[in-house]
Amino acid sequence: MAKLTMIKAITAAMDEELARDEKVQIFGEDVGKNGGVFRATDGLQAKYGEDRVFDTPLAESGIMGLANGLALTGFRPVPEIQFMGFIYEAFDQIAGQMARYRFRMGGTREFPITLRTPYGGGVHTPELHSDSLEGLVAQIPGLRVVTPSGPYDAKGLLISAIRSNDPVVYLEHMKLYRSMREEVPDEAYTVPLDKAEVKQEGSDVTIISYAYMLQASLQAAKDLEKQGIHAEVLDLRTLAPLDEDTILQSVKKTGRVVIVQEAQKQAGVANQVSRLIGEEGILYLDAPIKVVAAPDTPYPFSQGEDPWLPNKETIEQAVKDTVNF
Amino acid sequence: MKQLDFEALKHSPSFKPLTVLNEQGDVVNEDMMPDLSDEQLTELYKQMLWSRIINDRATKLNRQGRLGFFAPTAGEEASQMGSNFAMDKEDFLLGGYRDVPQLVKHGLPLAKAFMWSKGMVNGNKYPADLAAVPPQIIIGAQYVQTAGVALGLKKKGAKQLAYTYTGDGGTSQGDFYEGMNFAGSFKAPALFFVQDNLYAISVPAKVQTAAHDFADKAVAVGIPSIIVDGMDALAVYEASSQAREYIVAGNGPVMIETLTYRYGPHTLSGDDPKRYRTKEEEDAWHQKDPVVRMKNFLTKKGLWSEDKDKAYTEEVDKEIDDAMKEVESQPAESVAEYLKDEYEVTPPAIQHELDRLNSKEGK
Repeated sequence: MAKLTMIKAITAAMDEELARDEKVQIFGEDVGKNGGVFRATDGLQAKYGEDRVFDTPLAESGIMGLANGLALTGFRPVPEIQFMGFIYEAFDQIAGQMARYRFRMGGTREFPITLRTPYGGGVHTPELHSDSLEGLVAQIPGLRVVTPSGPYDAKGLLISAIRSNDPVVYLEHMKLYRSMREEVPDEAYTVPLDKAEVKQEGSDVTIISYAYMLQASLQAAKDLEKQGIHAEVLDLRTLAPLDEDTILQSVKKTGRVVIVQEAQKQAGVANQVSRLIGEEGILYLDAPIKVVAAPDTPYPFSQGEDPWLPNKETIEQAVKDTVNF
Repeated sequence: MKQLDFEALKHSPSFKPLTVLNEQGDVVNEDMMPDLSDEQLTELYKQMLWSRIINDRATKLNRQGRLGFFAPTAGEEASQMGSNFAMDKEDFLLGGYRDVPQLVKHGLPLAKAFMWSKGMVNGNKYPADLAAVPPQIIIGAQYVQTAGVALGLKKKGAKQLAYTYTGDGGTSQGDFYEGMNFAGSFKAPALFFVQDNLYAISVPAKVQTAAHDFADKAVAVGIPSIIVDGMDALAVYEASSQAREYIVAGNGPVMIETLTYRYGPHTLSGDDPKRYRTKEEEDAWHQKDPVVRMKNFLTKKGLWSEDKDKAYTEEVDKEIDDAMKEVESQPAESVAEYLKDEYEVTPPAIQHELDRLNSKEGK
């Protein structure tokens, strides 16, 4: 057991899986000798060779086509798209191909692909690096969309994703890469896909969130606790398909809900969570569903991140509005 | 200052198309005559005739509403069957939506090809040992996947290649370039066919690019390319066969452009070639008919006759009837099956959908 950053936990997960299964292939732009632009694949090529961990030409559609083709020949590809803002280039191979191959072949072929890609704001990146595009991929039947909120889950979820015979889009929030450490077991372990987790129990209101906003929500909950508001904080972990049961159970218990995402209001997955509660849990509610999200503009210029991104304060205010409704 | 002569800087390698048979079916290029036995030559012709018969019957079946989506193949028999004939059973085929004949001769049961046309999931349930994927609708997508399949074959040390097809219009796609470039960069065993039939629906090939030939595009990725008379099955076969040998020997990918023509519309979904092609042009290409050319060649060798044509046509008609019987006895499509096929491990949310559906059906 060691205290690891999320990026180190991610590297450890890939290390475990490369060692466990010789079919695992890691590739992308600069993931080989360079070890990735964030060092996520640091040392892996040296350890496992250029046949297992390799660089590709600079073309995202080509990278995902490579993944699909390798899956068709029995490999377990773990491609990387350098920043999630670049997935538009690969969207057909992700949404039009990878997501539906098993379905279109009537379950006669498997697509055990894990697409890793960093995203998320707060680190002053240039344009189209930080955009939260999880809502786009979450709308594609056939995929699982997974995003961890810290180092422990990052390792366990990534191992689960790589071992899954279904395609997973695994999103890594850049601000979480090195901003916190957690105890992470040295050995391989899994955190289940399709399962949300109650990160903090509470009785007054449910805060549903994921990735960096989950950490912001936990901080907000701590402040609110001092003010006598006991918030339950739920980490979705798998954004699509949603863990409906865990969400509804929590809402049933608290009767109030705030959904927090970093994506714009019209994007992300808050609207799907809201739809679920509207359909299946409306009678549990003592107050309207509240959504905390970014404004409906393109992702801001880097100097505009602070006023634009949701944060602990906006979350706290939303919770108070809901509790005092 | 000296002015750069940009006109002189244009690349125009202008390959000469490779031909073996002339329009009368005589061998005009002994050097490139494939080393095929009489049985093999006859089998190649039979596959071409088979494809023509399927085309004609599928067109009628479509008009009767008994088949669905169909992209005519008449005129492209040399390009499609000649190339496919040079491939190994374990080579991996990634075809476009017009490349159904190759798929069937590669091992897909005809009934399944018809089910694909109608839009039935059973048409896409492929036996585990069939090295192919269903026809690709997204033009270019098959090219990037071919690079991946080829790399996979290389990593496994297989003595096989991945082969794929697109049309003239498809050469304008980004995936066309990326696929060939990746395969070239990884020196992967891939064979890229461009079937240039002069039109992408109504848009003539010259609108697609200022390149002199589509084969020139291989220069951009550093791989060899060749232009072949796509109405000449022996030329297509020989080029494909030699390309295959070169590729599986570990030399990396090749691109082959076949000059061909489709006699029918783009698809049977409402396209009318009269809007963009002249009768004179169509007539000129009918003079080059690949099936007739190959038949003349075999007849002159004493390997084929009108009677054999007739008898074989009856055989294929029966094959089609049997396949249609199988198609028409398929169960209705089922949303429950769809939900089950979607994931290997069904997520709870999808399971809830399935449960709701089942309880509704149970009522």
